[in-house]
Amino acid sequence: MNDLTPDRDDRTAKLKGIGCARKRVEDARFTQGKGNYVDDIKLPGMLFGDFVRSPYAHARVKSIDTSAALALDGVVAVLTARDLEPLGLHWMPTLAGDKQMVLADGKVLFQGQEVAFVVARDRYVAADAVELVAVEYEELPVLTNPFEAMQSDIVLREDLTPGTDGAHGPRRHHNHIFLWEEGDRTATEQVIASADVVAEEMVYYHRTHPCPLETCGCVASMDKVNGKLTVYGTFQAPHVVRTVASLLSGIEERNIRIVSPDIGGGFGNKVGVYPGYVCSIVASIVTGVPVKWVEDRMDNLMATAFARDYWMKGRIAATKEGRITGLWCHVTADHGAFDACADPTRFPAGFFHICTGSYDIPVAYVGVDGVYTNKAPGGVAYRCSFRVTEAAYFIERMIEVLAIELNMDAAELRRINFIRADQFPYHSALGWEYDSGDYHTAWDKALKAVDYAGLRREQAERLAAFKRGETRKLIGIGLTHFTEIVGAGPVKNCDILGMGMFDSCEIRIHPTGSAIARLGTISQGQGHATTFAQILASEIGIPADSITIEEGDTDTAPYGLGTYGSRSTPVAGAATAMAGRKIRAKAQMIAAYLLEVHDDDVEFDIDRFTVKGAPERFKTMAEIAYAAYNQAIPGIEPGLEAVSYYDPPNMTYPFGAYICVMEIDVDTGETQIRQFYALDDCGTRINPMVIEGQVHGGLTEALAIAMGQEIAYDEMGNMKTATLMDFFMPTAWETPHYTTDHTETPSPHHPIGAKGVGESPNVGGVPAFSNAVHDALRPFGLRHTHMPHDHWRIWKAAHDLGLHG
Amino acid sequence: MIPAAFEYHRPGDLPSALALLQQHGDEARVIAGGHSLIPMMKLRMAEVPHLIDLQAIDALRGIRIDGTRITLGAMVTQHELIAHEGLARVAPILREAALQIADPQVRYMGTIGGNVANGDPGNDMPGLMQCLDATFHVTGPGGERAIPARSFYESAYMTAREEDEILTAVSFDAPTGGQAYEKQKRKIGDYATAAAAVILTRSGATCTHASIAMTNLSDVPVWSEAAGAALTGTPCDEAAMLNAIAAMLADIDPAGDNRGPVEFKRHTAGIILARAIARAWSRA
Repeated sequence: MNDLTPDRDDRTAKLKGIGCARKRVEDARFTQGKGNYVDDIKLPGMLFGDFVRSPYAHARVKSIDTSAALALDGVVAVLTARDLEPLGLHWMPTLAGDKQMVLADGKVLFQGQEVAFVVARDRYVAADAVELVAVEYEELPVLTNPFEAMQSDIVLREDLTPGTDGAHGPRRHHNHIFLWEEGDRTATEQVIASADVVAEEMVYYHRTHPCPLETCGCVASMDKVNGKLTVYGTFQAPHVVRTVASLLSGIEERNIRIVSPDIGGGFGNKVGVYPGYVCSIVASIVTGVPVKWVEDRMDNLMATAFARDYWMKGRIAATKEGRITGLWCHVTADHGAFDACADPTRFPAGFFHICTGSYDIPVAYVGVDGVYTNKAPGGVAYRCSFRVTEAAYFIERMIEVLAIELNMDAAELRRINFIRADQFPYHSALGWEYDSGDYHTAWDKALKAVDYAGLRREQAERLAAFKRGETRKLIGIGLTHFTEIVGAGPVKNCDILGMGMFDSCEIRIHPTGSAIARLGTISQGQGHATTFAQILASEIGIPADSITIEEGDTDTAPYGLGTYGSRSTPVAGAATAMAGRKIRAKAQMIAAYLLEVHDDDVEFDIDRFTVKGAPERFKTMAEIAYAAYNQAIPGIEPGLEAVSYYDPPNMTYPFGAYICVMEIDVDTGETQIRQFYALDDCGTRINPMVIEGQVHGGLTEALAIAMGQEIAYDEMGNMKTATLMDFFMPTAWETPHYTTDHTETPSPHHPIGAKGVGESPNVGGVPAFSNAVHDALRPFGLRHTHMPHDHWRIWKAAHDLGLHG
Repeated sequence: MIPAAFEYHRPGDLPSALALLQQHGDEARVIAGGHSLIPMMKLRMAEVPHLIDLQAIDALRGIRIDGTRITLGAMVTQHELIAHEGLARVAPILREAALQIADPQVRYMGTIGGNVANGDPGNDMPGLMQCLDATFHVTGPGGERAIPARSFYESAYMTAREEDEILTAVSFDAPTGGQAYEKQKRKIGDYATAAAAVILTRSGATCTHASIAMTNLSDVPVWSEAAGAALTGTPCDEAAMLNAIAAMLADIDPAGDNRGPVEFKRHTAGIILARAIARAWSRA
């Protein structure tokens, strides 16, 4: 070593590894309009598909006349269910074990349902031809309310034989899908019956929609010469799509290539398989040329993968001192016309049974009834891990209602019921093993950061001024302490359509010391190309700037289950670290050979292996890589590559403490977020800047959901919020300033201790915003009012409390 | 979201535009900024085989202030209204209202002429123009006509303009006294849940004249003569304000929609008007 040798800090900084706020490498192309999205893909001779959609929520299809459309110049084909039937593709399996019409087979079950698929020379001709397809409907009575659906004589799904079991057991009514239960019902009900205090509430988490900036779409291209089908599409799980496409079509998996190019936001909307994909593939096979289909905004909002729509009836029991003794919950889950929820197979209500939240609750019970209605199918995990948002909203509302019942401060009620740090790993009453957490530390830090006592004083002063008639604005302080369950998941209990939810990473180190790594996941804006390179940089000592990350092409990437449910870092991130360690193990042997010492006599040091006790004797990773390819080393095969398939031993359990301070105008229902403090604990922090970006984005979605965003239907099943005029998407103007903060409690079972963060702000944000609204009106007797808290609903709550004189 | 096929025309002067309108009759519509018509075409709720773009007609542009008379060419954009310092001095309510319309990108394209001519009850400028007692200038095969803004609107999207006429300009006297435009909306880009334009003149402690118009609370903008009368001759105190609100509520006829039901809209209309009156009075 000499004066020119960089010190360890310099070498560490140069790697830009774990913990570095490295700028996102993706942004150069995105900010310059150089992204490559599905709709940017143009293949020679490509045709365009578009759907004829049902204007009715429930109707019999009497006839479909395609002759006028087929007569239009430029129209190549019009597919109906009758055309797909010989291929067995007029229906398709859903991720939830149900089946779904690809094109209307005899009847339609929701407004916007796909009825016919027009294939034409360009999208303009296709749109004209859609108008020319004459469909004769006979309207049927409509069911939009799941409680009515469970009582009604109207049979929605005539394809299902009454009295037969569904994919998740017995169905007790023709519009019933499943009853799924967890926990000890008898014991829970006994605790509730004898409790000091019981709070009971119906908490509705309304139907909303992920609404990614880029809608869903694909380009299917069947090469009839070599028999290979290539599909470019908006897929959050490209490998799963390949397997499903192979199973459905009979085409060998080697002859199917699925490519997810740049994806403009997914949020769960791009996990499922939609009729547009199936019809495009069929159309390409039939015509022998590529076929593109891309949804417009209304298509996407009306037909593609809603989220939530859970009616959660809860009872929470406590001692008079506020110790929670039991939690009971029954959910009526509106799944729409087909059960197309995206959940691991064994969990038809996802991980909703994380609903005991951050609290040490000795006994609990959850039952979820899935119900069919005349609404669009979906029930996807909108920036959350399989119904975790619903669970977090439920428990955080129940805590607030219990605080009212006990006449207690809700912050204190949380504190005395938190799972203590010394209880981890913690086994919840509903069967989960929480890996790690330190809730009291996070909570105290959050309360101190916002001066919680000071805020309560100010709130009390404002309330007094309000009562004196000096102001019409109240202050609400919305508290949330959420615990997520992400990183699905262990193959022993997590699969989708039978495919275990492991993930993968494959690394090649090039001779001159740069590298490429490919993963089974696919970024939709999360910044994988940035953060996975950082994990590798720390593991293998090659600068992140010299590592290319590639995802999304099933011909090149290793098999994986994709990106959703905050699973990329917990699962594929772990695979990346493990593959990196395999590289490092081989590099150690090569270094030892080059340094002429025993393998055990060298040690890894940031970007090199050094001889123990003699750090001036070293080989850098670049030198080792070169030797790996170009030097004959006895007993070691050439090259420096590794692959890891990682089956996580457990989920990870990120948590956080959020506090929202909101002003509400009782006269107009207008709200203003004055302060929002978000403390996240996602374990080891890979890139603080990416984390902050994730938190800002998720909080803004949470703001939207809590304060106005909804998919609403009228009684006829007409969708009332099919455009961005009525479906609330916040702009910069509506978005408040966020203060982010963190604690760091690593996951004990994850190779680098990381837990995942992308979804935390959506999960924790919604109850924080909602609780602020409730808190403002609590002094006037408000217990609970349903979201979204748009102007008129807040006004209505205030009105019903007599605040308008 | 793809419109039916249409022919695009871009005449360079008003006679050419009028000739195209004559030639194609019902099949033609003129387009200004396009922020109402193009979405309607994309949704296929409007089919326009011949679209006549007015943006190449220089005679429809420009903001003129002649003494106290202000004339806005139909193709003046909301952005130009906002940016015009002279206009902000003589009629500040225009900037205050235009800043409440959508977002900057929309305002670069959206025009005063399109906003008032389309007859959309959600648009902000029609109510404001009624409050200002503006005159709309139209030109058709029979020559020019001047139509008072207060008698221009018949029902939603139905106006006193004939199909073969083009709205060329809007003119009004510079308002005197205190002015305010108050709007409640759900978000940027939304139409009003309720909006009020108020102009008050004051002599000493007394309101000598009041003009009040409401937006998106009926199928047409509502200039409430009675609400104005309720303030005139009063010190604009709480009693007068309550009378004005009561009078206004008798004139509006809101419909329930995603913004809320009728009772909510009527309540917020009163709140918004009270705020607009208070602010205008503080400026009078």
